Amino acid sequence: MPKDLNIHKIAVIGSGPIVIGQAAEFDYAGSQACLSLREEGYEVVLINSNPATIMTDDEIADEVYLDPISLDSVSAILAKERPDALLPTLGGQTGLNMAVELNDAGVLAKYNIKLLGTSLETINQAEDRESFKELMQQLHQPIPASLTVHTLADAVQFADEVGYPVIVRPAYTLGGTGGGIANDHDSLVTIGKRGLALSPATECLIEKSIAGYKEIEYEVMRDQNGDKISVCNMENFDPVGIHTGDSIVVAPSQTLTDTEYQRLRHAALEIVEALDIKGGCNVQLAQDPDSDQYYVIEVNPRVSRSSALASKATGYPIAKIAAKIAVGLNLSEIQNPVTKTTYAAFEPALDYVVAKIPRLPFDKFTSAQRQLGTQMKATGEVMGIGLTLEEALLKAVASLEVSSTLQAQLVPAKAYTDAELAAQLQHPTDQRLFELFAALKRGWSLDKIADLTQINLYFLHKLNNIWQLFVKLGQTTLTAELLATAKQNGFSDDMIAAATDKTATDIQALRHTQALHPIYKMVDTCAGEFASETPYFYSSYFLGENESQPLTNSIVVIGSGPIRIGQGVEFDYTTVHCVQAIQQAGYKAIIINNNPETVSTDFSISDKLYFEPLTIESVMNIIELEQPLGVIVQFGGQTSINLTSALAAQGVKILGTSLHGINQTEDRHEFEALLQAQHIRQAPGATAMNLAEAKAIAPQVGYPVMVRPSYVLGGRAMAEVHNEAELETYVAKAMAAAPNQPILIDHYVTGRECEVDILSDGKEIFIPGIMEHLEGAGIHSGDSIAIYPPQHLTAAEKTAIIAIATKIGKQVHCVGMMNIQFICADAVYVIDVNPRASRTVPFMSKVTGHHLAKLATRLILGESLAEVGLHPGCDPEPETVAVKAPVFSFMKLPGMATALSPEMKSTGETIGRGADFPTALKAALVDSYHFPAATPGKIALLDPTAATDTDLNQALTQGGYQPVTITQADQLADYTSDQVALVINGAQEQDTAEPLNYFALSQNVPFFSATATIKGILAALNH
Amino acid sequence: MQKYLTLADGTTFTGVAFGATHALAAGEVVFNTGMTGYQEAITDPSYTNQLLTFTYPLIGTYGINLHQNQAPKASCQAVIIRHLDAEITHHDYQQSLNDFLAAEQIPGISGIDTRALTKHIRVNGTMQAILSNEPVAATDFASLYKVLAKQLDKQPCLEQESFHPLHADYHVVLLDFGIKHAIIQQLLKQNCSVTVLPYQTDFETIAALNPDGIFVSNGPDDPTAYPNSLPLLQQLEHHYPVAGICLGHQLLALANGAKTYALPFGHRGQNHPVKLLASGHTIMTSQNHGYAVDAASVAQTDLKITAVEGNDNTVEGLAHKALPVISVQYHPEANPGPLDGQIFFQEFKQLMAKEVLQHA
Repeated sequence: MPKDLNIHKIAVIGSGPIVIGQAAEFDYAGSQACLSLREEGYEVVLINSNPATIMTDDEIADEVYLDPISLDSVSAILAKERPDALLPTLGGQTGLNMAVELNDAGVLAKYNIKLLGTSLETINQAEDRESFKELMQQLHQPIPASLTVHTLADAVQFADEVGYPVIVRPAYTLGGTGGGIANDHDSLVTIGKRGLALSPATECLIEKSIAGYKEIEYEVMRDQNGDKISVCNMENFDPVGIHTGDSIVVAPSQTLTDTEYQRLRHAALEIVEALDIKGGCNVQLAQDPDSDQYYVIEVNPRVSRSSALASKATGYPIAKIAAKIAVGLNLSEIQNPVTKTTYAAFEPALDYVVAKIPRLPFDKFTSAQRQLGTQMKATGEVMGIGLTLEEALLKAVASLEVSSTLQAQLVPAKAYTDAELAAQLQHPTDQRLFELFAALKRGWSLDKIADLTQINLYFLHKLNNIWQLFVKLGQTTLTAELLATAKQNGFSDDMIAAATDKTATDIQALRHTQALHPIYKMVDTCAGEFASETPYFYSSYFLGENESQPLTNSIVVIGSGPIRIGQGVEFDYTTVHCVQAIQQAGYKAIIINNNPETVSTDFSISDKLYFEPLTIESVMNIIELEQPLGVIVQFGGQTSINLTSALAAQGVKILGTSLHGINQTEDRHEFEALLQAQHIRQAPGATAMNLAEAKAIAPQVGYPVMVRPSYVLGGRAMAEVHNEAELETYVAKAMAAAPNQPILIDHYVTGRECEVDILSDGKEIFIPGIMEHLEGAGIHSGDSIAIYPPQHLTAAEKTAIIAIATKIGKQVHCVGMMNIQFICADAVYVIDVNPRASRTVPFMSKVTGHHLAKLATRLILGESLAEVGLHPGCDPEPETVAVKAPVFSFMKLPGMATALSPEMKSTGETIGRGADFPTALKAALVDSYHFPAATPGKIALLDPTAATDTDLNQALTQGGYQPVTITQADQLADYTSDQVALVINGAQEQDTAEPLNYFALSQNVPFFSATATIKGILAALNH
Repeated sequence: MQKYLTLADGTTFTGVAFGATHALAAGEVVFNTGMTGYQEAITDPSYTNQLLTFTYPLIGTYGINLHQNQAPKASCQAVIIRHLDAEITHHDYQQSLNDFLAAEQIPGISGIDTRALTKHIRVNGTMQAILSNEPVAATDFASLYKVLAKQLDKQPCLEQESFHPLHADYHVVLLDFGIKHAIIQQLLKQNCSVTVLPYQTDFETIAALNPDGIFVSNGPDDPTAYPNSLPLLQQLEHHYPVAGICLGHQLLALANGAKTYALPFGHRGQNHPVKLLASGHTIMTSQNHGYAVDAASVAQTDLKITAVEGNDNTVEGLAHKALPVISVQYHPEANPGPLDGQIFFQEFKQLMAKEVLQHA
């Protein structure tokens, strides 16, 4: 069918701020889809409140609305734009829910807007448990027996019917809290009672357990002609019971016979046919490892995290094709963008193996429950591609950005007893892969490990292959043959060094003497069957043909790796912009990255994509082959900056600010010297290498002090410390976070926090603007509400900030970008300098209209400020105001500490804009704190700490709220979510499990875990 | 033990022996892009005398379960892979691929760059190759090939076999040119009784069995190598509904006056799109053929094209304009590969239903 010519203008709803479960993959899908629609000649209107995305760039759509994704806001935009159609299946659950709301409110009918892609009826049928169950029964597709119960007796009766074990899933509890697997009558009584008690609706779903089955996913596409393909199937390393987003996943499936593969594929296709899917769909199935029995688990009738992974694993751009299907094109008519000689109606054939490992946030959220279950907890993921599973898996391990010791040794440092280790394996956490190696190290049999974990023996064999090779390396001479074998199994130089008691440099030298270099193979969707020009490569140490011909006149850009707390999608945005500027300047851009969710790892973004770990080893191998003009490290966050000195040491040309300049800002002593020489104030402070030193320093600089490790991300292990007892705790944490690195101890200055991004050509400094933080110092800048232009600074303070930023930029000969943070107290103090593009770059780019990362790249490539159209000094302040507000994923992480502190906690951000500060703030609050809520009640529940804050109480009363102090959990029973307008917890130690917090988070009541936030908001709104 | 793969143009690959480690082999080297189904492919008689390369790098992953074999004997010459996976844990596992090939006296070579080999075949076309234990000098290639390459002297056929379910709807005579077991399974699934006869069987013997329909199987080699079968097929199609798959499809085309030709590097894999012209639907199919029916030549016959390949538009399906004769180039019986094409067996059954009605 040709494309629909009756529509001209299409509105697309994005997924909004990033939360756990809905992350960068929707930036990737959304950008691809919008470009795909524009390619077909449609006018695209985009609505997304997340500024940190490529999707909201002005080149992606004809009109971009950085506005809240709420009924009011979206309705107003639709009324103004009057699109012919709306495409809701690309914005995750947020986009879908919005489409449903618009439809229910009659907005779509009112403006005669056609819904494209899979219909709302289908979406409902797939997502509503009962309708889905009914459909599966009609199709004779097996699903695990389940029943919704309100009494324990019903639960027991049902379990007796279907047989144990059963899964108890309490309805509407935070992160599935209170659920569990009951293996017998007694455990069902315990878990069932607890689940019913915790569920606000006294409701549990009792489901026959298929825990331990193989979890298999198919990414399926269907067009309006009813043609269907399976783009990719994937097998979870972790058995059913762990969310696929938190599972290690391999593609294609490894342990299925053709009969099983085709049976499950056929089931997936039958389901999408019955659902009348038009676009992409994810079908999850469970295969009994001991028989032919399988079950359908669930269906996601839209593009998803899994579809992003499948796209990167195969090269087949699912979102792009889904958008074309939505406007009426059929698979057999759409060109395969990879081969350009075949069509989209085919199924990719892989001639490599892919392994994905999730990135979980427990390194930062140490108090959160680490156990993995049916609620996703990962913030990001990494992917490794190899010719064997061992190689793919170890590349993913090397990409994880966790402890480098752990990555090299594979076994956790923690000295578990056997019983503890067995318990850890039975109740897996983010550490399970390393704990599996620990079990192998202890010589536990694979059968025993399989019994404990229910992980398929096939995968355990693979881990054992790795471990036995690791052991062999330590026991025998490192011959050329053994070294080659280790490399072919994906062993990094660091791992080989750890196994052989040598250094990574020794191993690198050995590889060079033995001329052992990797080759690069192409990802082409068709296993070499058709000619293809895809510039998408992965390395392997197996002998053979190197398919990657070096580019000339190229520049390498190092990406930012997995998304984690402190390093989010912002750094993918800056990476992509850097690439675009390099290309516009006439060079070839080469990207190295390992994150399958993002825009930067779409092979069409750069001239060449290397999907590789971001380690010095992998990067150097690519540089040795490509011989680029230089490497840009400023846009990949701390990941790329941390590689700078190692790259420079190997003689690689670093483009932009020199290594010396970078060290001047990152090395405590050099930085102090610089500030002193320039008469710039800094809170008094010193560095300590151990606790004794710290104890001596703290009273000298004066309590309260700020304690933090050097060279870490997002204020990890950073804390405000008031006395020596606290000091002991936090110094220990800081030392654990960055072993053998100095700990920074500074006097804590109370005041208003501000930050600037600066651009420089090495001579003159341009400042796009000053951002002010609403909350003041003590709360991580990423968790603060940022305001541009500043609303509370004096002219003198602004002048001082600009002067200091200019001085620092000139002193370090900044070429490209830097970010500088300040506190305005009795004077202006500098707190921190990041010699790279920061989290605020996309926000400021979108607000000021300057494409900062692109401009900075041009400066890095040698243009002057004047040549890129910038002037020295600060841009004049605009008339309008923009606000950036954080978004938290507390709901997904039971047990995590909630108080806002120097340690970053947010997962995403949203933007609000308006003629004045209150208007902009209100817009930003819609998708962040969801405040004010639409509830009739005006009660504000306060914890005892917040209750003592008289300013807060006054502001609440003035705002028309009734403050109520909660001192005992049972008081909460007196309130419903309808009556409560907000919850405020001002305690420094608090977590999601605290009854007051739990009340707010489980019932979606606006929740403030720092009094400074709500006070700042009320001050603005009451004004 | 080292093993050497030498192509006719002098290209060589060195790898490690497995299966029947010492056995030598020579024949046409082809590649298959399926990610599962190595067992079904290795035992598919259509690969008779070919050196079969798998592009997917891990082969042997789930072992061999003998009931999935497509023929009693694997008849490919050799198996060429990147990596032999030995960690077999599947519940249906009976034998490792290595042991199976050793028992079948088929040599294997692993550890070679199968992607480079595949690209070489794609660019230069399917070619002759020798798998040996010593390097083969260019000057020796032709003579050695002559000694080693097997002539297709005996078709890899089943002995006469019959399958008679109780209360079968129809009786199908299956002409065996090297049949895949899955075709029989599909016919049984359609509740047909099946009598498998060697392709050399004469018309009278077939007629004596009173079949309701004739099925012409897949098989190896160039379709023009079976000139003696064409008169039989011409005779059969005037008396019975006839269906053909793969070689069977090509032979029906030849019997009706169309022509066949060799494809540059064949279609072998499980992801081939086929457009069914009647419904306009595209389905994913399993394919395994080095020859195809010449589309232009069909115009001069009583046949019409019913399906084409989505990428290169080659002929994938034919039907006789007047007679109940249908055929497909792809493998609707799957095993390995997608089940999308199974409707072909229902169509064949419908043809038999019509004929039975007409003659009632």
